Amino acid sequence: MKVERAKLSWLERLYIPSILNGFKVTMRHFFSWKRSGVYADKQSDYSAKTTMQYPEEKWPVPTGYRGAPYLVKDVDDNTKCVSCQLCEFVCPPKAIRITPPGQGGEVDREGAEKMPKEFEINMLRCIYCGFCQEVCPEEAIFLLKDYAITGENREELIYDKEKLLSLGGADERAYDHHVQDGVDEGIKKWEKKTQDAQNQPTFH
Amino acid sequence: MAAKDSKPAVETVTVKVDGRPVEVPRMTPNWEGKPEPTTVLQACKQAGIEIPHYCYHPKLPVSGNCRMCLVHVAMPGRPGPDGKPPMNEDGTPKVFPMQLPYEPQTPRGVIGCATGIIPGMEIYASSPETKEMREAVMESLLINHPLDCPICDQAGECKLQEYSYDHGQPESQFQEFKVHKPKAIDLGPRITLDAERCVLCTRCIRFTKDIAGDDALGIVNRGSYNEISTYPGEAFDNNYTLNTVDICPVGALTSNDFRFQMRVWFLKETKSLCTGCGTGCNTTIGSRENKMYRYEPRQNDAVNSDWMCDSGRLDYKWIGREDRLAKLKGPKGVSTWPSALKAISDHLAGVEKGTVAIVASARQTNEELFLLSRLAKHLGATTDSVARKGKADHLLLAEDRNCNTTGAQLAGITTKRVGSKLSSIAKEISAGKVKTLIVFGEDVTKHGIDAKLLKKVTLIVSDILPSATTKAADYLLPGCAHAEKRGTFTNVKGRVQKFMKALEPPGDALPEWEVLHELVHNVTGLDEFRSIEGLFNCMAGEVKAFKDAELTWAGLGDLGANVKL
Ligand code: SF4
Ligand code: SF4
Ligand code: SF4
Ligand code: SF4
Ligand code: FES
Repeated sequence: MKVERAKLSWLERLYIPSILNGFKVTMRHFFSWKRSGVYADKQSDYSAKTTMQYPEEKWPVPTGYRGAPYLVKDVDDNTKCVSCQLCEFVCPPKAIRITPPGQGGEVDREGAEKMPKEFEINMLRCIYCGFCQEVCPEEAIFLLKDYAITGENREELIYDKEKLLSLGGADERAYDHHVQDGVDEGIKKWEKKTQDAQNQPTFH
Repeated sequence: MAAKDSKPAVETVTVKVDGRPVEVPRMTPNWEGKPEPTTVLQACKQAGIEIPHYCYHPKLPVSGNCRMCLVHVAMPGRPGPDGKPPMNEDGTPKVFPMQLPYEPQTPRGVIGCATGIIPGMEIYASSPETKEMREAVMESLLINHPLDCPICDQAGECKLQEYSYDHGQPESQFQEFKVHKPKAIDLGPRITLDAERCVLCTRCIRFTKDIAGDDALGIVNRGSYNEISTYPGEAFDNNYTLNTVDICPVGALTSNDFRFQMRVWFLKETKSLCTGCGTGCNTTIGSRENKMYRYEPRQNDAVNSDWMCDSGRLDYKWIGREDRLAKLKGPKGVSTWPSALKAISDHLAGVEKGTVAIVASARQTNEELFLLSRLAKHLGATTDSVARKGKADHLLLAEDRNCNTTGAQLAGITTKRVGSKLSSIAKEISAGKVKTLIVFGEDVTKHGIDAKLLKKVTLIVSDILPSATTKAADYLLPGCAHAEKRGTFTNVKGRVQKFMKALEPPGDALPEWEVLHELVHNVTGLDEFRSIEGLFNCMAGEVKAFKDAELTWAGLGDLGANVKL
């Protein structure tokens, strides 16, 4: 098929008006930075600039965004994961690898019976599906906001337990906090379960 | 098979299960094998309907305490004065659904595990009434049960989980605080008890009292504080304690060896045998990613019933040992299987008759021993094996701690007096008569053929763990543990049983039968099979006892077959 080109007029063939037109657009942008609304909602230092200073500045990710899965601790700085290996089982690309503690394995708090000896997630394998977060009975693993997972070699991208725990930090999710008389007592899982039990419907 | 047909007819009873008439034998063997009236639970099982149960175990006396097996039934009426049972108007016998005597219209259940069937009985195994009873029992069992599944070793094979899923309710009506009982109690050297998870079914108590013959466990405290315990200060320690872990329907009794090692849903199960003694208990190997995690007994009523001893069960660590032989070794220029097999075949083809001796192991498979005996016959070699003896016990453990002495005897490798020829082999070596020694799986330096003598012979050794003999070997052929190959053993009573491959062998290691097959083929020309099945069938055609029993690999099935000794 042959495309007929439109015939250019004499003025158009000069090109100078078009160049001036383009220059006008550039200038408009150049002088209109004060009015720019691109980052107005973010209140960042860069709010006026069109070019984002990545990676110093990162894109805000929406709620519900599924970034890299990390292990979280409770507010008392205790490991929440109990090495049940459900996430390892459910993980579709088999990115998770847990070494169970065995009899008499180390735990970081009194009364706990079981914690993983080693916990690895291969970030190259992870597909950010969120199944691990969904299956975890202890709310110990969450897909946080990190999306830029980089490294210089493959080994570096297998995150071990220590790294996952430090990246995950303390779990500050409100629904996990135990609030007594308006005072937030932190995440007290068993108190919460008791409260849940007390809030159950009663039968007469 | 004519003999089977002429068995006396079994007396049967017809009952209705969920409206379907089922004919079942009137008597069923109980845990001791004595005939007892068939129970509701057994009748339903034969009808293909599973009645949930915790305390009932076919190999233990019935105790009827968990109430999980409650079912609603209807009984035929008693004959009236005329001697005739009450009839419906249409002429069928009338049945009366059981109900509470003080509250007619409320259905009453019977425990299926301890209620004998009577002709004409109707069992409502899946009726709403039965369902409601089960839900109630589940709810009561879960009242004080901890939410431990994530850290409970039983999860994945837990009856409480399964029945909760099938017969439980999503919510509990129980609002009071749960009773907390001690956790991680050291019950004995191999067992840890979590009292909170126990459903007090007493299976463990009955097993250890009635089967193991050690009345070590009991229930202490009252009501919801009931707890399994040993006598204060006593440890639960006999050679059969770990069976209680298997039969415990929940995660109350856990094995220290397996505790927190691996979740059961990752384990691949492979049918195998225990190699701890001559009994040859049937086992299941649980392995994941080429690592073995546990043995569990596999039911075989002709051998080990449902049990196995603790010493045999824990005797597997050597399979994954770090120092396993994984490298083939030979004189200069021999570092691969083809070169080693060629060099050894050439050597054996050139030796004079009578200058070879073979020390095989009574822990090798029938097939390997058969191939070795073939080789021995061709070379005119003296053969023997090494005896291992221990103390037999009342239940399973045999005096003979080799797993295949019978097989070695049937193959002609050794005689009734195992190991009696070892000293004469030593003498012949020192006299210079024997110039080539083939050793399979034994450390002969511990049995009279010391390192000095080994220097005088061409030493061909196959083993899986290093020893003084493997160190002295001219040719070292790394072999496989039973879990890494297939084969058969013959137990002390003459039962030939097969085991399957669960793991990949390390490094160069190859199943001994493959290596021997190649050698025997090169030296004697035997060439009748390509696979272990073919090898077994070839052997069954030559070894008299096997031939008489018309054994075939396929015919052995999972449970094996007996031969006459
Ligand atoms: S997000 Fe999905 S793929 Fe990634 S670790 Fe979790 S389960 Fe595996
Ligand atoms: S992160 Fe959660 S699901 Fe995974 S092992 Fe730990 S407790 Fe289990
Ligand atoms: S015994 Fe069963 S139900 Fe109870 S915690 Fe263990 S796995 Fe869960
Ligand atoms: S420990 Fe296990 S086998 Fe023993 S009574 Fe409790 S639930 Fe039953
Ligand atoms: S199985 Fe426990 S009462 Fe019948």
